Amino acid sequence: MSSPARSATLRDSLGLGLAVGLYGVAFGAAAVGAGLSTWQAVALSALMFTGASQFALVGVLGAGGGAFAAVGSALLLGSRNTLYGVRLAPMLSPRGWLRRAGAAQLVIDESTAMAVAAPDRALGRLAFWVTGGSVYVCWTAMTVVGALGAGGLGETAQAALDAVVPAAFLALLWPRLRRTATEAAVQRRVALGGAVIALALTPFVPAGLQVVLAVFAVLLAGRPRPVATA
Amino acid sequence: MSDGTLWVVVLAGALGCYLLKLAGLSVPAAWVEHPLVTRVVEFVPAALLAALVAVQAATSGRDLVLDGRLVGLAVAALALALRAPFIVVIVLAGAAGALVHVLVG
Repeated sequence: MSSPARSATLRDSLGLGLAVGLYGVAFGAAAVGAGLSTWQAVALSALMFTGASQFALVGVLGAGGGAFAAVGSALLLGSRNTLYGVRLAPMLSPRGWLRRAGAAQLVIDESTAMAVAAPDRALGRLAFWVTGGSVYVCWTAMTVVGALGAGGLGETAQAALDAVVPAAFLALLWPRLRRTATEAAVQRRVALGGAVIALALTPFVPAGLQVVLAVFAVLLAGRPRPVATA
Repeated sequence: MSDGTLWVVVLAGALGCYLLKLAGLSVPAAWVEHPLVTRVVEFVPAALLAALVAVQAATSGRDLVLDGRLVGLAVAALALALRAPFIVVIVLAGAAGALVHVLVG
């Protein structure tokens, strides 16, 4: 393993980790705005540690949703981490239950992307641990900052926070809809379907449930295309 | 929702999400890598995130409402289209929401 490649991986992983971790401020503020305590916000960042699921859980609770809808939407969004784990397992091959348990907690979008993009297996492992670790530390710490900052907000700041939450979801969704994403047209169709289902059901179902039911928009994706190599 | 119930939701959600991660590293790939399963999992985030965008931006309880949140969302979409970083998108959306609140009340 050449040393310049190693430092490049370290630098990119740390940089991404710190940048992504900063969004923890937005999550901490959104969680407290939704009625969670600072400790509950921090517990979500430290224990759940998967951004989209965390935002979904507090978003559903903030909209007056029940426990089932809140946990259900978080789990549905967390299911992609299972596929990431399957992809990472041969590269990480974590020895011992402690290392496996630790690695599992760091399986998120960013650590997977960095690990898979690394030029070889050793650098992939390095990228996984450094990206995952730096996002973990920074994301959790910044959640505290956001939660404490949101505690004493006035009415105008609360209006700002209300506008931040949908914008945060849009920012999480956006990369999937870009022209360069795989099957971007299908992703857009499914996204539009999800939004339409949720809005159409809003007057008729208990708060939050429309988000869980929007999962049926995946039917718009159609059958998997036959893959020549698999 | 009481503080105790909130803790149950927080901890149950966290445990479930952790087990989903652990399962990926632990079960044989063949259990998970069924084409239909990967297909569904690949598109679940688009469906749910879009639903959350819509619900958070344009509903209140069981009503569809138009307020500063939708203006903030439009500003966020513009910023994203111009490839602004996440934190800039968030700040602009928040500022737009606050501005509408100040102007409209």
